[in-house]
Amino acid sequence: MKTLDTLRTTMRRDQVWDFMRPKQGLELDMSHGTILYLEDISVTFDGFRAIDHLNLYIDAGELRCIIGPNGAGKTTMMDIITGKTRPDTGTAWFGQTIDLLRLSEPEIASLGIGRKFQKPTVFEPLSVMENLELAMAADKRVWPTLRARLTAEQRTRIDEVLETIGLQKHRAQRAGALSHGQKQWLEIGMLLMQDPYLLLVDEPVAGMTHQEMDRTAELLKSLAGKHSVVVVEHDMDFVRSIANKVTVLHQGSVLAEGTMDEVQNDPRVIEVYLGG
Amino acid sequence: MRSDIQTGRLQLDRGGQIFLILLAVTTLLVPILNLAVPTDSPLHVSTFTVTLLGKYLTYALLAVAVDLVWGYLGILSLGHGAFFALGGYAMGMYLMRQIGDRGVYGNPDLPDFMVFLNWHELPWFWHGFDQFWFSALMVVLVPGVLAFVFGWLTFRSRVTGVYLSIITQALTYALMLAFFRNEMGFGGNNGLTDFKDLLGFDLQSDATRIGLFIASALALAGGYLACRYLVNSKLGRVAVAIRDAESRTRFIGYRVEQVKLWIFAFSAVLAGIAGALYVPQVGIINPGEFSPLNSIEIVVWVAIGGRATLYGAVLGALLVNYGKTYLTGVMPDAWLFALGGLFVLVTLFLPQGIAGLLRRKGAAA
Ligand SMILES: Nc1ncnc2c1ncn2[C@@H]1O[C@H](COP(=O)(O)OP(=O)(O)OP(=O)(O)O)[C@@H](O)[C@H]1O
Ligand SMILES: [Mg+2]
Repeated sequence: MKTLDTLRTTMRRDQVWDFMRPKQGLELDMSHGTILYLEDISVTFDGFRAIDHLNLYIDAGELRCIIGPNGAGKTTMMDIITGKTRPDTGTAWFGQTIDLLRLSEPEIASLGIGRKFQKPTVFEPLSVMENLELAMAADKRVWPTLRARLTAEQRTRIDEVLETIGLQKHRAQRAGALSHGQKQWLEIGMLLMQDPYLLLVDEPVAGMTHQEMDRTAELLKSLAGKHSVVVVEHDMDFVRSIANKVTVLHQGSVLAEGTMDEVQNDPRVIEVYLGG
Repeated sequence: MRSDIQTGRLQLDRGGQIFLILLAVTTLLVPILNLAVPTDSPLHVSTFTVTLLGKYLTYALLAVAVDLVWGYLGILSLGHGAFFALGGYAMGMYLMRQIGDRGVYGNPDLPDFMVFLNWHELPWFWHGFDQFWFSALMVVLVPGVLAFVFGWLTFRSRVTGVYLSIITQALTYALMLAFFRNEMGFGGNNGLTDFKDLLGFDLQSDATRIGLFIASALALAGGYLACRYLVNSKLGRVAVAIRDAESRTRFIGYRVEQVKLWIFAFSAVLAGIAGALYVPQVGIINPGEFSPLNSIEIVVWVAIGGRATLYGAVLGALLVNYGKTYLTGVMPDAWLFALGGLFVLVTLFLPQGIAGLLRRKGAAA
């Protein structure tokens, strides 16, 4: 039965003659106010279900926090959105028209989904500005890169981002010499240079001081509206300080969704966090 | 600390400025001291010394080529000697054809070693090498294309680190074995030698020696400037990014394999040019130049001089080779031990090489 299905899919007319396949609109269409649709997604690793019939919708310009115990599948969910992991079943759409499951990692990145990993990776020997310069949306082939000069416009853009992430004073500093928190901001700045529509931020405040956390909260809040931002975080105080909508993941699916207060008073959530 | 992003314009660092000034002074002075100062004067520079210096300069260019890929791109090539040797062979083939009927066998159509092997016809791949322009083209193309194909195969399959270094060793070793074979048509283990003249100039004359020395100095300066331009460009910063965080660089949209491929091929071309200038000065090219040990030695020069500075590579190549010439004269057996010991000492106490030491001194002063 399964082989027959595969055969049918493979022999579909639009699969055989790719000119019959509807052209994927690579322009992001957010006309319905939703930027990301994850529907009925499941992933299994060696028999272990990391994501289990997950449904998640993110609105345009929204700042969404995702919480959940260790191993709930938060990072795996981001892997799926960015094309790093392919789900076994389900659909993932970016706006109305872009099917994420058909695209490669770099394609997805260039369409405007930026991701910050748990561990900050900046280019240590380069200066803060140079890090931003490399991340900038530009023609990234070899020859144009060799000949590239910064235009006045691009300089302005770099200055804007430096201001947003609060690193103007450190512009000429070696990125390797930044503090842990500053590296995290620089990495967010590098994402911003690519003018993303959707930002995925995995555990941004781990290892930060309280002051740094406050500044990170300000930064993420200032990004919402212009971008959609999805933040995965364990620190409840931090989540409370930025979120208006929180999604709780548990064993690979959504357990609860709502404001921080609603979620915290939800008996199932209490059970998972306290009773589990 | 750089207060701004460097653009495509050529900006020289201090070490590079000093190096280029010293190179210019030497290039002007040495010919004068050789040609215009009488032989019995203590200031006279012998032709032997001129040629020795010219040879060192070609080594320096080779070291710059290795520093470009190792220091800035993180590819530890242990096979750059192969590109050097291929450039050398291309030049050697031209010089062989220039001998004409002045060989021992007096055969106007075939080099001596082919007559000796009882060959009656020039192999197809020797055609064209009687033309200088064609040979010059091959000096650039053969190492360049080989590096390109090699890089295309290895970088695309994401071979990196030690594995890549080992494959580069295998490359030069395989070439050495191939060139040792008489049937290959490159003179077997004797290689190519007994050269007479280049572009009509007698290779034994002082003037030609001086000319080759100046050509080597110009090639070194040009190669240095080209590499400096590259590492100062945005592409240079991408190279450093690849060196330190390859997958991150790929993730922000750069075609890592392409960047590696072009820079590696460019570096091989520089090595080839160095080899082509080396051969007429030493008067011979044989398969020994492909020896894996040679390629490792180049890396040691760069490590001792200081990685990722370019001028450090020059410094390392000159110092080590001077030391080699000196020591092999005094105590021939000690050289390899001295080199190994020096390498260990530098890695332990001067991870930035001599250039790093100079920079620290400069910053402290
Ligand atoms: N590539 C993989 N192969 C096998 N198992 C995996 C893989 N990736 C994730 N998992 C498993 O899937 C589960 C979900 O992992 P995930 O990293 O998404 O959790 P998380 O919610 O991000 O947890 P944390 O809060 O600790 O970061 C874990 O049990 C993990 O061990
Ligand atoms: Mg995680």
